[in-house]
Amino acid sequence: MIDVLIIGGGIAGIETACSLQELGLETLVLEKEKQIGGHLNNWDTLFPTKRSASEILEYYAEQIRKKSITIYLNTTVTSIRKQDDGSFEVHTSREVSFKSKTVVMAHGFSLFNAQRKEEYGYKIYENVITSADLEQTFKQNNDVFVNPMGKIPERVAFIHCVGSRDEKSGNHYCSKVCCITAVKQAIKVKQLSPQTQVFCFYMDLRLYGRGFEEMYREAQEKWGVQFIRGRLSEVAENIDGSLQLKAEDTLAARPFKMSVDMLVLMVGFEANKSTALFHNSCGVACSESRFIQPRHHHLSANATNIDGLFTAGTSIAPLSVFDTLNHAKAAAFAIHSYITK
Amino acid sequence: MNDLFIIAPFTIGLIILLGILIGKYVVWTIQLSQIDKLRILHGFFTVRTFRAIREIFWESLLHRNIWKTNPLLGYMHMSFALGWLLLIIVGHIEAYVQASSLSVPPWIPIFFRYFEHEHFYGARFFAHTMDVLLLYILSGVVLAYGKRINSKLFGIKRTTKLKPKDRISLIALWSIFPLRLFAESATAVLHGNGGFLTSGIVFRYLQVTPNIEYTLWVLYSCSLAIFFITLPFTRYMHIPTEVFYIFLKEYGIKLKKQFNSYSKIQVYSCSRCGICIDACQMHHAQISNNQSVYILKNIRDENLTDRKLYNCLLCGRCEDACPVNINLNDLRISQRIKSSKEYNSSYDFLEYSITEKADVVYFAGCMTHLTPGIKKSILTVLDTAGVNYLFLDKDKGACCGRPLMQAGQIEAAKKLIAYNRQQILESGAHTLLVSCPICYKVFRDDYELGQINIRHHSEYFLELLHNQKITIRNTQKSIVYHDPCELGRGCKVYEQPRELLQSIGTLKKVKHEKVESLCCSGSLGDLSLSMVERNKIKEQTLEVLLKPNPDILATSCPLCKKTFVKGVDIQVKDIAELVAENIQSN
Amino acid sequence: MMKQFGYNSLKSRTIDYKNINTTLISYIIKNEPSFSSCISCGSCTATCSAANLTFFNIRRLNIQIRLGEFENIRQEIDKCMLCGKCLLVCPRGINTRNVIMLIKKGLVTFNLVE
Repeated sequence: MIDVLIIGGGIAGIETACSLQELGLETLVLEKEKQIGGHLNNWDTLFPTKRSASEILEYYAEQIRKKSITIYLNTTVTSIRKQDDGSFEVHTSREVSFKSKTVVMAHGFSLFNAQRKEEYGYKIYENVITSADLEQTFKQNNDVFVNPMGKIPERVAFIHCVGSRDEKSGNHYCSKVCCITAVKQAIKVKQLSPQTQVFCFYMDLRLYGRGFEEMYREAQEKWGVQFIRGRLSEVAENIDGSLQLKAEDTLAARPFKMSVDMLVLMVGFEANKSTALFHNSCGVACSESRFIQPRHHHLSANATNIDGLFTAGTSIAPLSVFDTLNHAKAAAFAIHSYITK
Repeated sequence: MNDLFIIAPFTIGLIILLGILIGKYVVWTIQLSQIDKLRILHGFFTVRTFRAIREIFWESLLHRNIWKTNPLLGYMHMSFALGWLLLIIVGHIEAYVQASSLSVPPWIPIFFRYFEHEHFYGARFFAHTMDVLLLYILSGVVLAYGKRINSKLFGIKRTTKLKPKDRISLIALWSIFPLRLFAESATAVLHGNGGFLTSGIVFRYLQVTPNIEYTLWVLYSCSLAIFFITLPFTRYMHIPTEVFYIFLKEYGIKLKKQFNSYSKIQVYSCSRCGICIDACQMHHAQISNNQSVYILKNIRDENLTDRKLYNCLLCGRCEDACPVNINLNDLRISQRIKSSKEYNSSYDFLEYSITEKADVVYFAGCMTHLTPGIKKSILTVLDTAGVNYLFLDKDKGACCGRPLMQAGQIEAAKKLIAYNRQQILESGAHTLLVSCPICYKVFRDDYELGQINIRHHSEYFLELLHNQKITIRNTQKSIVYHDPCELGRGCKVYEQPRELLQSIGTLKKVKHEKVESLCCSGSLGDLSLSMVERNKIKEQTLEVLLKPNPDILATSCPLCKKTFVKGVDIQVKDIAELVAENIQSN
Repeated sequence: MMKQFGYNSLKSRTIDYKNINTTLISYIIKNEPSFSSCISCGSCTATCSAANLTFFNIRRLNIQIRLGEFENIRQEIDKCMLCGKCLLVCPRGINTRNVIMLIKKGLVTFNLVE
């Protein structure tokens, strides 16, 4: 029997595995994709340092080698079952099941599908993309900045809170990282294409973390990014493929129309589909937001309502990379004290 | 013993009842508009009268519509209506035969056994026949008791609550027939003139004296009197009103927007059978005070609150289920008109602009502007088919007026209608194309566009397909179609969307379809339903629609689409999008 | 002339939160609790069919009513076509159409028209 079975080979799962290995526990990581790293593989740079995401991934690849951590790739967990002796049986898509003393749910989040916000025109209008799409373009091409039609955009608009804080999307919570991501991406756009005008449409700016406010000031002072307090309500397409935006500048108290060449939707976090699967198979408690409910928000943020079943990272809520890694380290301590108790 | 105490209550009751009824009929008729009065006059000596009588036979006596929804409930209503009528008719024949004359005092057939003890030719036959009829009604009475005790036996989850005066009337009605059974049985013991039912069972072991017999007959007469006198003031007024309503309906009288005498007749025609309560989806959101039966009751009692009045999706499911065919949606709207008559609206900011000439005018409507996928698809199809069209509300447009209509603000709606109407007519188009069923409904009902063909895109695209202006590729995907309320029940468009979808994929059947289809819960007809409540109703609807595990959930209304997309993982698409995705240019 | 633009020479330059006329706001919130959750994001005004053609601003009406100021409110509210677009875009799920109806009713009931 394995000491700790970790579901998910993203940064949360890997960090948990590394910390546990240091604490002398035997671990196994199951990853559904063909490589580790999760969403970070699709990201170009990280806020607020603008450091490349690949640096983090390389660090962990090195750690895995050094600590010889066992990882099963292409393995999707289909159910978790608690046994009478308190251990767990974990079933997978590969017709192999595993027995372990404890399980860590580090299966992360899903990005909001922006097509559900139809009035924003994602996949309807060519020049509407998501923040994730933009990271991909940054990753592929770090020299020039063009819109999907191949044109250097005169104006770009970033739309905050797409699929977050929105009753109409069914997500009432704040995704926390989108505000700062928009600031980071706006700066990047300005760096690549100084003549492009950049606008951020926000409801509230939530720049809570270390270094975030500084980055916001930099965007304003150094790069001239314009922040407009108003939520986008509709998008229409002009004949030339540019986009007509309808919003209200709530500080000026006047509605306006603006034509942009590119629209970036800051998509929020949603609970991973596996969360519902685990909820059904082992009865782990979920909150109203459909993420996993930690046992105690302050005092045991890694434990769940089921003894021996732990969480790490964004399976509990939207978190930044910084918060995810801290949560993962804490998970290792919580599990260690559970096993050695 | 004095026969007066037997005869008098019944006779007085009957006279009062007939007096009030005639009075009400006269007042209602006088209050009808001049045109409606002429309609009655013109229709009276035509086949319409026979049609009305036929419908009265089917509905007021046999209760065919209730049978269809709920056989047990149909049987109960039928046993009372048909059984009682036959009891009266056969009772009269019996009296005429016995007296060998048609001049018999009116109370004799009612209290026949009490007055006539002599044997006559056919007496046995009549005694048994009358007992069969009485037994038939009594079976209905037993069911009625059962329904009050446990309405679930009838497949009805909810039933109406009673007011004190209704209770008195109900008790009177329920005691009439058991009392008649006891009274006739008592007479049968004393005089041996009973049938198979009345001559045995009841008083086999009891000593019957003429006093007991007399008392029972007096009670029987009193219960009849109480029922007759209370009838015009209770729910049972629906019996005579429904008959009157069926005649007026057959003469072609239609419900007006404003509440009038005809609306009142409809309100009083409600039998409170409770079928509309079960048809209403509001119970999924734990709302159980706003269903049509309660609204009609509140209108009668003049205590309707805004909260109840405006809390209705106007989906029309209750109207479809109503066995009396009351126009429940429009009746509710007429109350909203009354409640909001002091509100004003002014749209003088709408400027008339010169519209371009075109063959087809496309009116997207407010909702379609929030679903660019639908808007873009419509334009793609029009372009592919080479249609010469004008996009009327592309940048700036006024609302069609239907939401205002639904809210009862009819004067305001008329202003928008006048504005849009002129813009449409000016284009010289032969066809008005609409992509929102809400707009479609008001264009058809209230715009008076003359020669212009009004088409919902599902109808129009099917015409394009039939005329080979477009061809569509079949995807082989499985599709479930959701009928939008305003397009389906509102405008009776059920087949065209289905035919169109069959050319795109395989259409799967769901439990509630076409006229019975469920509402998505997004309706603008409701002004007070909260989002949480709407979501609960939506989830129930989705459960039904997703039962066959389709690849695509199709609808033909931007509002239905927006409502559903919030709650499902599978693709939710408008018919326009499915057509545009699979169109092949010729 | 000044009055037309919503200014009143007698009105104080600052907001006096202690002495706000809460008649209408309490009436609305009692009958439509969702009204209290507005975060003034402005999507309602941006999508509004009437705001497309006039200065009608439903978001600002909310603030005006909270502050108990009713100048021009009647003329403003009469521009609403009840089309429901605002209802469909509101991120807080506020039942905006009911709010409009309640404002109309409240103005009549409490005779707040100035």
